[in-house]
Amino acid sequence: METIIDIRPLLAVLVSAVGALFIIAAGKKPNLREFWSVAAGVLKLAIVVSMVPAILDGKTIEYTLFHLLPGIDIKFKVDSFSILFALGASFLWILTSFYSIGYMRTLNEHAQTRYFACFAVALSTTMGVAFSANLFTMFLFYEGLTIITYPLVGHKDTPEAKAGARKYAIYLLGAAKIFLVAAIILTYNLAGTLEFSKNGLFSSNAISAHPQLLYIIFIFFLFGFAKNAVMPFHGWLPAAMVAPTPVSALLHAVAVVKTGVFTILRVIFFVFGTALMKTLGADMFAITFASFTIVMASVIALSRDNLKARLAFSTISQLSYIVLGAALLTPSGMVGGIIHITNHAFSKITLFFCAGSIYVSSHKTEISQLSGIAKKMPWTMTAFAIASLSMIGVPPVSGFITKWYLVVGALERQSIGVLTVLLASSLLNAAYFGPIIYKAFFEKGNEGDHHYEEIREIPMLVVPLVLTAIGSVILGFYPDFIVRLAKGVIQ
Amino acid sequence: MEDIIFNKLGYPILTLTTFLPIIGALFILFLRNDALIKWVALITTIAVFIVSLPIYKHFDKTTYKMQFVESHSWIPLWDITYKVGVDGISILFIILTALLSILCVTVSWKAIQNKVKEFFISLLIMETAMIGIFVSLNLLLFYLFWELMLIPMFLLIGVWGGPNRIYAAIKFVLFTLAGSVFMLIGIIVLYYAGGKTFDILALSKVHYPLSLQAWLFLGFFAAFAVKVPMFPVHTWLPDAHTEAPTAGSVILAGILLKMGAYGFLRFSLPIFPDATRAFLVPMIILSITAIIYGAYVTLMQKDLKRLIAYSSVSHMGFVTLGIFTLNKTGLEGGILQMINHGVVTGALFLCVGIIYERTHTRVIEDYGGLSKSVPVYATFFAIFSLAAIGFPGMNAFIGEFLIISGAFKVRTIFGALSIWGVALGVTYMVWLYYRVVLNEVNPRIRHHLSDLDLREIATLTPLVILVFLIGLQPDILLSYMHTSVEHLIEQVNGSAHGQAYNFANLITQYIKEIF
Repeated sequence: METIIDIRPLLAVLVSAVGALFIIAAGKKPNLREFWSVAAGVLKLAIVVSMVPAILDGKTIEYTLFHLLPGIDIKFKVDSFSILFALGASFLWILTSFYSIGYMRTLNEHAQTRYFACFAVALSTTMGVAFSANLFTMFLFYEGLTIITYPLVGHKDTPEAKAGARKYAIYLLGAAKIFLVAAIILTYNLAGTLEFSKNGLFSSNAISAHPQLLYIIFIFFLFGFAKNAVMPFHGWLPAAMVAPTPVSALLHAVAVVKTGVFTILRVIFFVFGTALMKTLGADMFAITFASFTIVMASVIALSRDNLKARLAFSTISQLSYIVLGAALLTPSGMVGGIIHITNHAFSKITLFFCAGSIYVSSHKTEISQLSGIAKKMPWTMTAFAIASLSMIGVPPVSGFITKWYLVVGALERQSIGVLTVLLASSLLNAAYFGPIIYKAFFEKGNEGDHHYEEIREIPMLVVPLVLTAIGSVILGFYPDFIVRLAKGVIQ
Repeated sequence: MEDIIFNKLGYPILTLTTFLPIIGALFILFLRNDALIKWVALITTIAVFIVSLPIYKHFDKTTYKMQFVESHSWIPLWDITYKVGVDGISILFIILTALLSILCVTVSWKAIQNKVKEFFISLLIMETAMIGIFVSLNLLLFYLFWELMLIPMFLLIGVWGGPNRIYAAIKFVLFTLAGSVFMLIGIIVLYYAGGKTFDILALSKVHYPLSLQAWLFLGFFAAFAVKVPMFPVHTWLPDAHTEAPTAGSVILAGILLKMGAYGFLRFSLPIFPDATRAFLVPMIILSITAIIYGAYVTLMQKDLKRLIAYSSVSHMGFVTLGIFTLNKTGLEGGILQMINHGVVTGALFLCVGIIYERTHTRVIEDYGGLSKSVPVYATFFAIFSLAAIGFPGMNAFIGEFLIISGAFKVRTIFGALSIWGVALGVTYMVWLYYRVVLNEVNPRIRHHLSDLDLREIATLTPLVILVFLIGLQPDILLSYMHTSVEHLIEQVNGSAHGQAYNFANLITQYIKEIF
């Protein structure tokens, strides 16, 4: 496999961090400040896109920044898995920037400069995770993402927001320190390196000498990367919903949670390797916990009336699809898991955008208040319906593609259990999204209500969410590109 | 074969570095103007730093041998020679001492208002004593510097300290003296047992019987453990740290605590290798106790300075843990972590001192919301807090990584327990930051607050640079120690004679000897 040494991965990481400096400098002039946000986003996407052709040719792009210890560098490496994640995140950042501008200005939020600056740096760290060539670099950016999103989660500065942000930080930093540090050090001790490699980085001697230890290391990784929200370490995600909706949208549909699943997939494929996962039986562990999470989170989602809370539990459930798919270790299962990173991103960000749009236009947060809202907000609710179909897995929206691959994967593994979980989850998804759509479209709104009459959709918010909904449909009709990238990961 | 390389620079560089501060102090003695005194002190410390630079440049990293050695006969009757030299372990502490001393002067610029002359003289004498300890190759010379350090430190705490300074100063001196008495006895016994010499290198070539080694190990351990400080003789530290003026806290945390750990490396390990191996497990258990117990005690502190002080107990636990893993990873991590702790905890004490000068309160509850009123300060404080919790890419991460990696190699449980210590470290540091910098603004202190001035930024910036430099390029320090550490491990393991010593055997032997 051909390797290109190129500085572009570093540039892609840095561009939004540098953008953050411009954002801070332009703090007093909102228009200029927002220009920098968008400019950094476009530039970042351009850099990422410029790397796509080489990756599709089967090449990898590498760049080493610092050499710390033997086997430990700060090093970037772009392969098809990185590109898949980076493309989605950087594309959706641009849309989120526009959406944020509309959202923050309409609500007249405070500390907008801090908000946009932190947002930009968060994207830098996300790119860092995507382009990491080894566990150390990944850990560095992973931790950076936790720190820089803390002010975003606690943006409202109310006691409730602070409590949520605190829980967020404690869960993520705590899990990382207790499990991840241990896992990384033990990996280093056993393998002598932290560099990702296609067939895993443990030698056969290490494997035969310490199978139990390796099993424990895997468990530490699974729970240490708590951003993947596999139960029982999911509590931070609903707590973080106190954040402004655009934050929830990008960070908790795209950047933060996807970093969680991206990292654990990196570990499954490139630290342990599929063969070792099977030998250890660690795949069963991951499948069990992921399956439990899928079903349990959906059941909890049913009971939530707050729209964002329901979406949060839906996210927890959907993230475990990705872990489950990867842990199936069959070709289709793995592809299903990987492509769901993109598919879920587009659909879930649409749903969050809709929730934000509803909140800004009507100040409604609970599902029970949404009767007849579709009449007033047709674009928003249509997008919501499309994205919901994707969550449930109805063709032709992108979620169907995921589900197809996952079901095939379950059959390849001949696992009735996983099949049952997937079917049950589809039903549960329909059960908690269906009523929202029904209420919005078919129930009569409170027509006499003065408030109700005044509800207007805001174009700055609606355009991005329509685009992401269209994206979901396009990904459903033309899944070839990301499936090709996903196959590049596992071959 | 001789284990030393004589100084070839043409001038006695180590002597110059060691005694330059004293010359500055003598000069200050004749000055009356406070401002002038400060400038002379600053110029002296900077000069020391510059004079020491050729040491790193001309240091040969490929050998474990003592370099830049100067040897002059002093009291031939007892083989007391003035012999100094550096190897890959001690060299790093000279740069640390030289650097921190400069910062101690700048941070005291405004804080010290009375007895300015005496303060800076004490500070400069301290610097000589500290550098002297790290370059001594003669045991008695070492002891001389070791005790010399005590007096100025006593004065720093006792004269310029906080309200409870006398108690703290006396406690500090009593603890340290009690420890060094045992070391003195050990030194004398070693003199006779080792063939009537005080030469450290010669002494480490002799093989002593295990029981003698064990007693001597314990004697030296008493002195070093107090200095580190190891659990359970750490109780002087919070008092001394809290009452000392900022410069005193920085020196205590940055350098004084390192003397104990340095003592283990220079004496205990190479001279008493069998005893070291026999005492290994108890030492590791003490270290881990310090890490975890220290962290829990840190958690419940209400005083800003006391909190940082107790965190030192926990952090120094990591250092001794690294040393007593006796593998290359752990040892290098331990040494690196000494430097890191000097940088980070020194910086945290500077931060506390800077804010104390404005508000005159150290109670954590009085603070809050500093991020809004003093954002530059909050940023510096954030960087050092992150460094303290071992954020990847910053210096302490590398140290902790190596130490824990070494601990896992000894026994999995040791590694696991130290991970627990790391997690506790995150808890107290993040919680502290939350209470002091985030949280609600406390109206009582608000009108006292003003952001950092240029002098303070200049004081903190070098440490920020070090945090990232070591964090991203640890090799600039690690490369100095590789060969020396390898040699040290050889010394410890080389004298094994096929005998497996462990703690239980040793106790049995003691009981046999006594009855």
